[in-house]
This record gives sequence, structure tokens and C-alpha cells, in this order.
Amino acid sequence: MADVTLTVDGKTITAPAGTLLLEACRKVGIEIPAFCYYPGLSLQAACRMCLVRIEKMPKLQTACTTPVAEGMIVSTETDEIKQARKAMLELVLANHPLDCPVCDAGGECELQDMTFKYGAGGSQFVEIKNHREEQQWSPVVFFDRPRCILCYRCVRVCNEGMDVAALGIQQRNVGSVIAPNDITSLDCEQCGMCIDICPVGALTSDTYRYKTRPWEMTHVGTICTHCGDGCKTTLGVRRSDDGMQIVRGDNRDKSGLNGEFLCVKGRYAFDFANSSERLTQPLVRQPNGEFATVSWEDAIKVVAKRFRAARDERGGRSIGVIGSTRITNEEAYLLQKIARSAFGTNNIDHHRTTDYVGIVRALDGQKNRFASIADAGSAPAILILGNDPTEQHPLLAWNVRTNVRHNGARIYLANHRKIKLHRQAKSFIQIPADGYEAFAHFLGGDEASSFGADAIALRDSLRQEQNLLIVFGSELRGTAISALVKFGFSLPDTKFACLGDYVNSRGAADMGLYPDLLPGYQPIHGNSAIRAEYGDGIPRESGLDLAQMFEAAARNELAALYVVGDDPVERLGIAEETLHNTFLVVQDMFMTATAKLADVVLPTANLYEKSGTVTNTFGDLQLVKKAADRAGVRTDLELIVRIADTMGEDVHTLVPFGKGVRADMGQSRGAQSGEADRHGIWLAAHNLEPKLSPFDPNALLDEIQRLVPGYDFDRLDLLGGTSQQVQPAGDGLIGISQLADRPDGILPSGDTLFTSGTLGHYSEKLNEVEVFQTKKSMVAAD
Amino acid sequence: MSLTKISENPKPGSTIFSPELAARFDKLVTLYPVRRSALIPMLLYAQDEIGYVSDAAIAEIAQRLDLTVLDVRNVLSYYSMLRTNPIGKYNVQVCTNISCMVRGGQELFQHCKKRLGIGHKQTTSDGIFSLEEVECIGACSWAPAVQVNYDFHENLTPEAMDALLDEYRSKAGQ
Repeated sequence: MADVTLTVDGKTITAPAGTLLLEACRKVGIEIPAFCYYPGLSLQAACRMCLVRIEKMPKLQTACTTPVAEGMIVSTETDEIKQARKAMLELVLANHPLDCPVCDAGGECELQDMTFKYGAGGSQFVEIKNHREEQQWSPVVFFDRPRCILCYRCVRVCNEGMDVAALGIQQRNVGSVIAPNDITSLDCEQCGMCIDICPVGALTSDTYRYKTRPWEMTHVGTICTHCGDGCKTTLGVRRSDDGMQIVRGDNRDKSGLNGEFLCVKGRYAFDFANSSERLTQPLVRQPNGEFATVSWEDAIKVVAKRFRAARDERGGRSIGVIGSTRITNEEAYLLQKIARSAFGTNNIDHHRTTDYVGIVRALDGQKNRFASIADAGSAPAILILGNDPTEQHPLLAWNVRTNVRHNGARIYLANHRKIKLHRQAKSFIQIPADGYEAFAHFLGGDEASSFGADAIALRDSLRQEQNLLIVFGSELRGTAISALVKFGFSLPDTKFACLGDYVNSRGAADMGLYPDLLPGYQPIHGNSAIRAEYGDGIPRESGLDLAQMFEAAARNELAALYVVGDDPVERLGIAEETLHNTFLVVQDMFMTATAKLADVVLPTANLYEKSGTVTNTFGDLQLVKKAADRAGVRTDLELIVRIADTMGEDVHTLVPFGKGVRADMGQSRGAQSGEADRHGIWLAAHNLEPKLSPFDPNALLDEIQRLVPGYDFDRLDLLGGTSQQVQPAGDGLIGISQLADRPDGILPSGDTLFTSGTLGHYSEKLNEVEVFQTKKSMVAAD
Repeated sequence: MSLTKISENPKPGSTIFSPELAARFDKLVTLYPVRRSALIPMLLYAQDEIGYVSDAAIAEIAQRLDLTVLDVRNVLSYYSMLRTNPIGKYNVQVCTNISCMVRGGQELFQHCKKRLGIGHKQTTSDGIFSLEEVECIGACSWAPAVQVNYDFHENLTPEAMDALLDEYRSKAGQ
């Protein structure tokens, strides 16, 4: 729309017609206070804090609902306005308790700030304030009614943002009250957006309430370790007896690819890190069959000795390596590197939750076909096949809903269940659970398929689209993906996204945790830069996949198995005797089913306790920053390096660190041991920092950027906090098409909003919420 | 998860209302540009039939209008003439707003309290009367006025009020 020019506080400003006065002012640095106004949500004009004087208008106007107009002359901070705001605050404070010293929001409360700014400390009210006891609405949400200022933000974010509508307003005038949907409790997604958006401390979370004050925490923005969307979560950490404890997770600064959004896991399911069940000492199984705690040196010596013996006596093929979908890219990369170059084996795999290889193969040779998760918030049309984003990819679902609300995006859904997103869909069709491949062919024009008139109408509408975003779950694999991609190519500028389950599922795949693929999906048998770099010791034939490794173990053909952050025994129901003759090393946080069978258990740090990068399922690569710390644990990166070193491998070949510089600048000591947190961003960005430690993930990132196709992103931008999109499809993947017949080995996790694989078992809060919501659905089913 | 349970709860097609009222509701939802506009009349008619707006009525109205139960409760709780609990057979609503007040409305209300032995928004133990102090009922010209259910009684005095209450009490026994 055309621009209009107006005068605000004597300043001439220009803004597109239709812009709200409040927004136009904020853009030029004139802050107009508001409680109820919230960008992206519907307008309320309830709080009357944004009152401004507009010439020729008889009364003060709300800047949050007034669009700018040509020639408008506005004052935002005159004595009259100050007085009006002060009076408004006096009313707001009429019943608001002055319990700031114990209130969670104290120190980051918008009402506190405004009261301070307008000097509304005194009050003409002499009546006793109405008090109501706090109420617990769910395992995570508490409501303190007297603190509520009735801005309706929570109601709107729940209705519009979440499409849950669990909050409403009941009664009227001074008796108005925010009400939950189940009379006295909340039956909802427990996302906590209402708590986050509350300008005061009326809604508080069970995990944080009365624990600490905002200024007593260190706030570290890192990436949530749960689902494959990779939201940024800002962790508030505080010193505890044995390290740095996480007290709070939120994303109040709205940065990162998720903006203001976080789901129940990103917000509350960090508590596994503080669990008393954490392993903090290395365990080695003794001849009597019991675990004994030993020193790190001894444990690593045992591991290195047995790995070396297995390799030297029975060959690299007798060693298996299983990686994790929750370790960093650097760790995954190093793990496959040590497997291939030090162990001499391609027996490496991870828990595959979707067919990344399938989509990479289908897009081989194409450029810019992978969508970023941001595209889900801006694409004019989106086709979602399979999956249930509300449960499994909450940020994707949020972006889709926002896109529909703000841009009128057209959503096409095909699913075997009536998933919640159907409410946003332009068309939704239900297809058989085993009908996805047929449906992909049907979209491509296969008339033999038996899909009804609805499906034909959906296909006809899709054929009119351009810049379509196609998102699909693990229901589509291999040839189904090829058929879908072929259909996508028949439309102009289609982009694709494949939904995997965990924070670094995509990274694990990209980093080559496959028995038949090198990092960047390069076939194992071909010649590649990686082969040239690692030396030709890497076997040219494919290794064993995850299932085959256990089969080999059962046949006594696997001398050693190295499991880093995974629990295949639990997931696949592996019998105990299978691993009887295999030397099993497990790196994990907890005594998982796999760890219980191990010969050596090495306690590790989780994603919140390390630095590096992760790649979300869309290919958005982001920086992971160390927030918490737990005495006694080490990062997987450090352990892999130490094991290789003790085995007699050249650490300099494994990790390109040092470069001749010798100095100890503190990185190898104390709480920051093994981390690069204190390196200057500029130095890091320009590859100038010395990387003195082999435990420095930046040293490995150098090598990844050099050797992994698609990972040549802008490092300065990444370190500045912006996600970088990696696009593995491209040159150098020749030969991948020959792998069409490989078994995909995919086992989707089937996680819901309230579960998170093995890790979820150790989050008390997540389990509590799950039990709570399960009871609710049982009542509903009656 | 049970996020959609709200509107799925009552079985479609079945109704807790009389056939006449159900038919009236079927027509009502077609009269407005948006279905939810029928909400307030539906709540009132439901209350007239059942005596109050029951949980079952809320659930059915929500389903008929494609709203959540919470949506219905939000509106329902706003209006003081809508109630969620049963009351006496005759709801005595005494106006004490300005015109009635200056003509003895307050005294009339106090008299009713004493006579019936109940207070504001209370019901007699025999379930015949409920008492309510209300704002203007639009009968200022004939103040003080009282509304019993939907019937108006004007220019009242405590004596006339006694007679009125006796009349209703005898009617209740029939």
C-alpha cells in the first residue's frame, strides 16, 4: 500500500497506509506502552495504555487500533497523556497485589515497568484489595487471579496462535476472570504460551514459580533437544551444588527461527538434565558381573584397549558403531570419522526416523528445492502428507496456522487420521494408512488409483499452485518420495521438506551415520574428497546397518559395539544374550536398557551442556551453546577424541586443531573445558581463532564445511545467531541413485506432544503432563 | 489428546430439549449471518424450558452452534439473567434502581427479605420463591416495580407485595 506521512512528537515519519499508529511509532523508535496489544494477534484495545493525542480528534485515541493517516499530527508523551496513563495504571493496580518481591514476573514485569515509568506508586483507593487464592490449572500452569490485568493476551494466543481455545473470559466488569476450559483445569496442549505472553505474573509455570529471580540467572539461547523442528530455547541457568542447573526455558526475546513460539517440551522438558538419575561416574563391568565406578583414565583405557584388540585381531568389520539423533553435527561427524578411519569399519548407523536418503536421492542434481521451516510461515500454499505436525512438529504447526491467519495460505492435507490441522486446511482428505504411495502416484496423474472426487478436486486445486511447499512424514519413503517429487516438479518452484523426529535426525543423516553413505550422502564406494582426506583405509563395501549389527552380534560376529547416545536395546527389544559375546561401550546420560547390558558406561553431557551445531529436519543449521553443566560428565566429542587418542590414533588427523599455535588461553581448563564459548565471535567467524583444543567443535566445523556438500554456509551469519539453511542435494552425490534397493531401516518414533523417545522417560514434568492429559482424554471418551 | 471433545460430546441428532424447542433451535441458527449470533436467544429459551442453563444444555448448544463449551460459558456468565443453577418456581425480582428507589423499592426489597426469610439470590426451602435485587427493569413510570418470572407488578407497597406473594403461593400449590 502507498505510504502516508504523519507527524509524531514533532518528527515527520512515513509508514505504509494501514499500519497501526503504534507499530509505525515503534518502527522509528517511539515507544508507546501497551499491555493488551501484541503483534500478530487480533486487536483488543482493552488496557488503554497506548492513548495518544491526535490533533482534530476530540478525545485521546488508542494508538494500537488507529491506522496511520496522511497529515496526522500525533503527540505520544504530553502531560495530559502521562496523566491519563497514570490514571489507567491506578485502576489496573486497584486490585493488583503488591507482591512483586515474591512474584515470578518481578524484574521482567510490564506493569512494574509502567508503574515505575509513570510514577503511579500511590493510589486514591482505600478499599481492601480483593484477594483470591492461586489456582493450579495443570501440572505446568498456575493462575493468580488478583495479578491479572485482563489484557486478554493469553486468551488470544490460545485461540488464534495455538487454535486450542482453552482460555476464555467469564463474568463481567470488575469480576471478569480468565477461565480454563475444563471448569477448574486446562485441557490443552500445555504449551505455556499463555504464561510466556502474560505481561504480569498472573500465569506462572510450575517449573519456575518461586524458584529464583530473573537477574539471578544466566540466560543462554540454545536449541531445544527434543523434536526435529529445532526451536531456540533460552535457558535460565543458575549455579548449583554440582554444576549449572537449568531453572527455566522460554524464548521471550522472540529470536531464532521459532520467534515467540515454544511447545511444552522446549519450555519444560529440560528437567532430565537436572535428574538425580544422571550418571556422573564411568562404570566398568567387573569379572563378577557387577559395575564398578572407575576413574575416567581407567575407563577410557579399557575401552581403547578392547577396541584396538577387536580391530587388530578380528578386523574392522567386527566393530559396530551406533550414533545418536541428539548429538551435535560435529560429534556425529567425528563419530563416523573415527569409525571409518580409526576402526576401519562402515558398520555405523543411527535411529532413522524418516527417509532423508530418499528425498536427497529424488532431488539429486537440483538446487534450492529444500524448504526452510520459515517457508511454512510464508509459502502461499502447503501440501502436508502424513505426520501430525501438532503432535510431532509443533513449530511447523504454529507456522502453518500463522501463515493461514496472516497470509491466507492454502493448506492441503492428506492423512490417514483426522489431524488437528484439518481446521486450517482448505481441503482435507482421509486416505488409507497404507495409501500414501498410491496417493503420491495419484497426484502425479495415475488415473488407475481409487481415490474419490474429493481427492481429484484437491489435485486439481494443487495443479493451480505455484511456490507450493510439500511437507511429508515418514509415511512416504523411497519410491513414494520419488513419485511425490516428480509431481512437485510438474508445478513451478515447488519446495520440499521431510519430517524426521529428533533434534539432529537430519544432522545425523547429513553427517553420514549410515553404513553405505559418507557425510553429505556420498556413496561409500565412490571416490570423494572425504576418501582422499581420510586415506584409502575406509572399506569400499557397505557396512552393517543397525539391525544387522545385532544379528551379527547374535552370531558372535561382532567383537565390539560402540553406542553413543542411543538406546537400541529398548527400542528394538534386543534380547540380553544377543550381546553376550560383544564388548559393549555405551555413552549416555542415564542407565538405559542398553547401558544396563554394557561393559563400559561413560556418562555424557546432553545438548544443553555442550557447544556445536545441529541441523533441524528442514535443514536449518543452528548454533548450540553450552548453558548447563553437570560435574562428572563429559561431552561425546571429548570422549570420542580421548578414546581415539588412547588407541594410539593421531588426534591431529582426526580433529584439525592447533595449526602450530601453542598456548593455553584457558580453553582447556575449568568450567569451559573442551568448549569454545569464550572465543571472540569475530575471530571464530573468520577462522582466525587458534582452536587450541582437540575438543573444540569449531575445529570440526571447519572440516565439515570443507568436506560435506551443502554445508558451505556463512559462518559469521551463523555465529551472529541466524540459522543457516543447508541443502545436501547438489553436485557430488553421483551414484546415490544406485542405492535404490537398500532397506530403509526406518522406525518412526511415534512420539506425541508429551513424549520424547528415551529421553522423555527422564523428564518428570513431561511424564506428569502426559498422565494429566491422558486422564482428560479418558474422561472425554466416556 | 481430547481437544475436540467439547463439541463431540453429545451425540449428533439427539437432544435434551422438547421437540418444539429443538425445532425452534433448528430454525434459529439459520436466521443470522453467523451461527453464533443465535447463542443468547438459545440460552434464554433453554433456561425457560429447563429452569436454568444446565451442563447438558450448554453442551448441546455448543454443539448446535459449533462453539466450544468454554465459548458458551464465557457468554453465559456475562449476563446476570442467565443462571446455571435451579431456582424457585417464582423468581421475585425487585428493582432498586433510581426511580424505584425513590418510590420505596429498597424498602420493598427489605420487606420481601423478611417476609420470605431469604436474601438476594436465595431460594426458599420449599422451592417456591427465589429473591433477587435487580437493576432497572424499565417500569420507572409505575415505580416501585417487581418482576416475577416474566410478569410485571407495579406501584407496589409492602401490603400489596404480601398479597402478591400469597397469590403466588396459592398458585404454586395448584
